[in-house]
Amino acid sequence: MSSQTGVQGSEVPRLPGMVVRPVERRVYEVQIGPAHPGSGHMRIFVEVDGDVMTRVDPDIGFVHRTMEKLAEGRDWIKNIPLFERMAILDACNITLPYVEAVERLLDLDPPERAKYLRVLLCEINRIASHLYGFGIFGIFLGHSTLYMWAFGDREVFVQLAEDLTGARLTHSYPVFGGVRRDIPDDFPQNARKATRYMRGRLDEYAKIFLNNPNIRSRLEGVGVLSKNRAAELGVVGPNARASGIKYDVRLVEPYEAYDRLDFEIPIFEEGDALARAWQRVEEIKQSLNIIEQVVDWLEKHPREGFMHDKFWKTAPKLYRDVYEGKIDYAGKYRVKLMPLFATLKVPAGKASARVEAGRGEIFYYVESDGKDVPYRVRVVSPSFRNVIAFKYVMPGHRLMDLPAIYGSFDYFPPEWDR
Amino acid sequence: MSSSGVPAPRPQQPPASQAPKPQAPPQPPEVWKAFAEKLKDLNPVYEPAKGYLDFVVRPDQLVEAAKRLKEMGFDHVISVGAVDYPAKKQIKVMYHVTSYLNEELPKYVIALSTYVNRDDPRVPSLTSVWPSAEFQEREEYEMFGIIFEGHSDLRPLLLTPVVAALRPLRKDFVVPEESDDIEVDSEAFNATKWW
Repeated sequence: MSSQTGVQGSEVPRLPGMVVRPVERRVYEVQIGPAHPGSGHMRIFVEVDGDVMTRVDPDIGFVHRTMEKLAEGRDWIKNIPLFERMAILDACNITLPYVEAVERLLDLDPPERAKYLRVLLCEINRIASHLYGFGIFGIFLGHSTLYMWAFGDREVFVQLAEDLTGARLTHSYPVFGGVRRDIPDDFPQNARKATRYMRGRLDEYAKIFLNNPNIRSRLEGVGVLSKNRAAELGVVGPNARASGIKYDVRLVEPYEAYDRLDFEIPIFEEGDALARAWQRVEEIKQSLNIIEQVVDWLEKHPREGFMHDKFWKTAPKLYRDVYEGKIDYAGKYRVKLMPLFATLKVPAGKASARVEAGRGEIFYYVESDGKDVPYRVRVVSPSFRNVIAFKYVMPGHRLMDLPAIYGSFDYFPPEWDR
Repeated sequence: MSSSGVPAPRPQQPPASQAPKPQAPPQPPEVWKAFAEKLKDLNPVYEPAKGYLDFVVRPDQLVEAAKRLKEMGFDHVISVGAVDYPAKKQIKVMYHVTSYLNEELPKYVIALSTYVNRDDPRVPSLTSVWPSAEFQEREEYEMFGIIFEGHSDLRPLLLTPVVAALRPLRKDFVVPEESDDIEVDSEAFNATKWW
């Protein structure tokens, strides 16, 4: 759509909901979106002079589902499956801060085993989320092979998550006071097999994609975000760390069992699209290390206590028998959660929690007035904090660099729209 | 239960002296006091919260307090949030901030908050201090109708202008509940039967 006529606002009929913006002469406005073949739904208004972008305006909200409002009308426990819908492939990380904030209000601490189980699923989710973003990044640059590889390898971790929780994507695994269930018997050996396999694959990713001359010439020096600029814009997660910011919630405010695990926070200084791609590969390696440590810990310690006593003592007999191994459970019974969750009333108060999700820091503010539904829940998801970078990083680049920058930030519209 | 049908006497109400006393206002932790020292002349009010430290100032002090916090090293905004209190006729606006570049500060989340009048909510925009607040202030503008004065580009972000005019996150915007059951009006259905 071009707006070369230079219309004045007063001459245009004003219809309800219509937004009129004057556009400079000799500048074309291009609308990228709102329907993409390769991504979720968002639109970017780009003004181009020749093929150089002069102004970029991300227009988001096409998949906004009013989650903050919906949360005010639901029971505390029913909000977990709701918030999961932000990023179904990162479900544990996305709901964990909500669970933690409510636990802070309830003043209860989950048992040690539950903390390790949460970390386990968080890291599986993180790998799956990075591989998903990587695949989409590949297809944006026209590299279909990487897309197929990343989505194929992600299946390994989706399968692990299914073994652990019973669901491929929307696990609803962490609940107040613990997790829903323990690991199955054959989980440790499958997890070790998966980590061995993935380490080998990452080397091949480097060969075919990251060190590929075609890809490097598209990514190197493109979309450079300096350290100070990244801090000023509040960019989060792997994107901030690729610009040299040493900030990871797992490091600065360790939650769950992260302070007892041995891992590194990889950091790159370049801050360009290539560094952001490498950042994700390095983080997958660290996540594989964490998974192995957690699996070792879980094997060494007795299989008991994955739920806080407050909830566990209200469990129905069938639930206990299944988890204590008294009856053979092979998908025969429908085991429900403890009845206390349905009638849970959270003491009045305000709490916040933050967690390092796959795409960056996710923050929840939860306020209760003592009823069975929250008074207010504020969610700030990582992609929402990254979208501001499009506006300030993209201008000055060529239009063909837009997909490279867009993909390198690991955008995810359902997450930032909430 | 006694057979006579007379209910057993209930235990008497505790005497007035044992009734729960009105609680003393909660005392701020030491960390809060250390940060409040830097904002001393603004007299921030402590509100108890878990997971972050809440500093409540007046709306006209907001920019000054934000500048002080930025000097201390709090360089970016995590969340710009608002809570509607219709009974008090107030809206609370909160800026949760923390630090990227400082070594010590990232472990703290500080909320700089203020109460504004619900009928005419106006606060100075803090985008001049923290550019990272830009999109989130736009979101609170559309959801609550809060005017951030001095914001360079204040227009709806996620919603269309028509929906944003309803201020959907305020408490008086009620989402009608729908029944789970499928309601069938048999009479009306039978009345239209022609066979």
